[in-house]
Amino acid sequence: MSFMKTTKLAVAAVAALAATASMALAQGKTLRVVMHSDLKIVDPIWTTAYIVRNHGYMIYDTLFSQDESGAIKPQMAEKHEVSADQLTHTITLRDGLAWHDGAPVTAEDCTASIKRWGARDSVGQKLMSFVDTIAAADAKTIVIKLKSPTGLVLLGLGKPSSNVPFMMPKRVADTDPTKQIEDFTGSGPFIFKKDEWKPGDKTVYLKNEKYKPRAEPASGLAGGKVVKVDRVEWRAISDQQQIANALLAGEIDFVEQPKHDLVPLYKKDPNIVVKDYSPLGNQYVFRMNWTQPPFNNPKVRQAIFYAFNQKDFLDGVIGNPEYYKECKAMFICGTALATEKGMEDKFTSNFAKAKELLKEGGYDGSPIVLMQSTDLDVLTNLAPVAKSLLEKAGFKVDMQSMDWQTLVGRRVKKDAPSAGGWNAALTSWVAADVTNPISAAFLNASCEKAAWGWPCDEGIEKLRDEFARATDPAKQKAIAEAIQVRVSEVGTHVYLGQWYQPQAHHKRVVGFLSTPAPAFWNVELK
Amino acid sequence: MFAFILKRLLATIPVMLIVAVFVFLMLRLTPNDPAAIIAGDTASAEQVAQIRASLGLDKPILQQFVIWFTRLLQGDLGESFFFKKTVASLIADRIEPTLSLSILTILLAISVAVPLGVLAAYKHGTWVDRIVMGFSVMGFSVPAFVIGYVLIYIFSIQLNWLPVQGYQRIGEGVGGWLYRLVLPSLTLAVIYVALIARMTRTSMLEVLGEDYIRTARAKGQSERVVLFRHALRNAAVPIVTVIGIGVALLIGGVVVTESVFTIPGLGRLTVDAVLARDFPTIQAVILLFSFVYVMVNLLVDVAYTFLDPRIRY
Repeated sequence: MSFMKTTKLAVAAVAALAATASMALAQGKTLRVVMHSDLKIVDPIWTTAYIVRNHGYMIYDTLFSQDESGAIKPQMAEKHEVSADQLTHTITLRDGLAWHDGAPVTAEDCTASIKRWGARDSVGQKLMSFVDTIAAADAKTIVIKLKSPTGLVLLGLGKPSSNVPFMMPKRVADTDPTKQIEDFTGSGPFIFKKDEWKPGDKTVYLKNEKYKPRAEPASGLAGGKVVKVDRVEWRAISDQQQIANALLAGEIDFVEQPKHDLVPLYKKDPNIVVKDYSPLGNQYVFRMNWTQPPFNNPKVRQAIFYAFNQKDFLDGVIGNPEYYKECKAMFICGTALATEKGMEDKFTSNFAKAKELLKEGGYDGSPIVLMQSTDLDVLTNLAPVAKSLLEKAGFKVDMQSMDWQTLVGRRVKKDAPSAGGWNAALTSWVAADVTNPISAAFLNASCEKAAWGWPCDEGIEKLRDEFARATDPAKQKAIAEAIQVRVSEVGTHVYLGQWYQPQAHHKRVVGFLSTPAPAFWNVELK
Repeated sequence: MFAFILKRLLATIPVMLIVAVFVFLMLRLTPNDPAAIIAGDTASAEQVAQIRASLGLDKPILQQFVIWFTRLLQGDLGESFFFKKTVASLIADRIEPTLSLSILTILLAISVAVPLGVLAAYKHGTWVDRIVMGFSVMGFSVPAFVIGYVLIYIFSIQLNWLPVQGYQRIGEGVGGWLYRLVLPSLTLAVIYVALIARMTRTSMLEVLGEDYIRTARAKGQSERVVLFRHALRNAAVPIVTVIGIGVALLIGGVVVTESVFTIPGLGRLTVDAVLARDFPTIQAVILLFSFVYVMVNLLVDVAYTFLDPRIRY
C-alpha cells in the first residue's frame, strides 16, 4: 500500500470517528459565527465594549428600537404617550413579554433597568438629569415624570449602540451599576447558555422558544425578532487568515469583520457573500490631549482641521473606495443631524493656513507624541498618514508605536508626554454612536469628567444642554449645527471620514438585516 | 534519592517566589490599564476610575502585591478581571486541551525523532544522514505558525482531510478529539523532532565508537540489538536532557499553535490574558508554566538514575 493510500485511510478512519462523535452535537440548525472579538465580559451596562453590546442584543430586549431608516419604534413597548406639557411619558408594555425563566416582564423590572442604565450611559446620565421620577403605575405601565421637557426620552431609550438600555429583571437591574451582573436572565430572542460559555473558545445562545416577536416585519433593530435557527455559536477565532480558511472550508457560516485585505479572497469563492449590513458604518477620529501643550491652545487644534484631508487617511487604511466615504458632517452623512456647517473650508490640507494658525498659537516646535496602534489593521496606518500631514503643516511628530491595549491604557493618563502621557491618538467609532451631540462621547467637553483628551469648553456644554432640552427636530438640527461650528473653532476632535466594514457569510445563510450592531434574528440556514 | 527530591522541591520555593515578584512588578510597572480596556472606547474618565477602583488597581502597588500574595499562599489565584470567573477555574478548564496537545506532540516527536536520529548516526555520512540533518535544520529554522499554515493549506484547504481549526474534548469522543489534534500536533512536533533527532544522532555517534559496541558486534549481536539495546540505552542521558529542555520550547510552541488552530488551552488563555491585560490570569499562568518547567527538570534528573546506574544523588 502506498504512503498516500495509508495516510488517506488513516485520516478517513479518524474522520469517520469524528463524524460519529459530532453527530449528536450537530442536531438542529446551528449558526456558527466569528465576531470581531471574544466575549469576556457579559454586562452590557457595565462596559461600552461593542462585543458586549452585541451579546446584549442576543439575550435582552429594549423598550424602543431604531428601524432601518433610523426612526425610533416601540419594541417591548405597546404604546408611548406624552402629556400635553411634555413632562409625563407613559410607556405601556405589550402583552406576552416574559423573562427566560418564565416570569412575566413587569414595569418594575423596566424602571430598575432604566435607572441602572441611566447611571452609566452618557445619554442616560443626561436624561436622568431631567427626570423627576420613574415609577411603575401598574404591572404594565411605566411613568417617567420630567422636571423639564427633553427630547432625550426616546433618543435614549431607543439608543442603538453602547450603552444600549437593555431591560433586565429587577433583581438583576438592582445590581450596583459599578459592579458586574452575575445573572444573565433576559427576555430577548436568544437565551445565553452559560454552562457552554467558554471564553477563548465559544459562546452559545439557544433560540428562546417562548419569545413573542412583534407582528411587524423586522426592520433594522426594530420590528418582529423572529428567530429561525435553533442555536447560535460565537466561535473565538482571532487570526484573520484562519477565519478566512474556516469560512472557505465551511467550518463557520458568518464573519462579522473580515479583514479588508482578505475581501478579494472571499469574493473569489462563489459560495461566499460579501456585503455590508451596517449602513452607517464607522468614523475615524483624531483626538488631541487638551491638558498638554501644544494642544492646550485652540489655534493649534484648529490647525489640524486645515492640515488634514480625509482621503489620505481613508486611502491609507481602507484603500478600496467602495468601503469608504469622505464626509464633513460630524454627525454622519445621511443622518438627520448631518451638516457641513463650519467645516466648509476644512479637510483640504491647506498647509499654509495650518502654518499660519500654528504661528498664531505660538507653537514652539516641540515634538508631539502621536500614539500608533500596530496590531489593529483598521487603525495601524492612520498614525503614519497623520504624521506625514502634520509634518507638512509644520509640526514635529514623535510617533510612538504600541499595541492597541497599551495605547488604551496610556491614553487615560494625564501625565506630560515625556512622563508616559501623550499628545494625540487615533481611533474609530461605530457611526451609530455619534449621530447626536449627547451620545457622541468626544463632544463631552466637561473637562475632568470628559473622555480621554479631556476637552473643556463651556460653550459646547451649554449647547449640549440646549440640545437635550429641545424636543423639536428643527431646533435640534439648528443646535447640532451650532455645535459643529463650535467644534471647528475649539477642536474637541477631528473626524477623518466614514468607512464601512463588510461582513462575509456562506450563501446558504440568508436573512441578515441592515443594522448598526449584528442581529441574528431573521437569519436562516437554507 | 528521597533527600535529593525533597531538597529540589524546597529549592523551587525561592524560584517561584522570584517569578511571582518579577511577573507582578513587570505587569504593574508597564503602561497598562485593564480598567481602560474593560470600560471601552466611549467610557468617560469617571467610568474608567470606577472600574479601576472596583478591580483594586487604585491601591498602592505594595498593597496590591500583599493582597495577591496572601491569597496565593492560601491557594487562591484570584478572579479574572474579564471573565468573571476564578483564575483557578479558568486554568482547570484549559488544562485538558493543552495537556492533550503536549502529550500527543511529545509522543509523536519521540517516536519519530529517536529512530530518525539513530538511523542518521548508523548511516553516518550517507544521504540518509544528510536528509535527516537537513530536515532538522529546517525544523529549527521555520517558525511554528508557518508550518501550521502550510499544513492547513495542504490538508484542510486543498485535500479537505482535516479541520482548519477547533478542538473537541476527549469526553465528546476520542475520534473527534484525535481528528482535531492531528494538525496542531504535527505542527508543534516539527521543531521538537528536529531537536531530539539531532541530539540522538550526536549522542549515538559518540557511543557507536565505544569499545563495548565493538565487543557486542564481535559477539555476533544483530545490528538492531546493538543499536537499540547497547548503543541507544547508553546514549539516552543527553537525549532525555534535551527532551526535558524541550518542554520550554513546547510551552512557547503551545502558545503559538493554540492561537493558530483556535484551541482553547492554556497557550490561548495566556495570549488572551496578555492582550487584555488580565493581570491575575497572566500571573497565575506564568507561575504555572514556571512550576511545570521546574518539575520537568526535576523529573529529568530523577530519570538519569534509571538510565545510568552510575548516577547517584
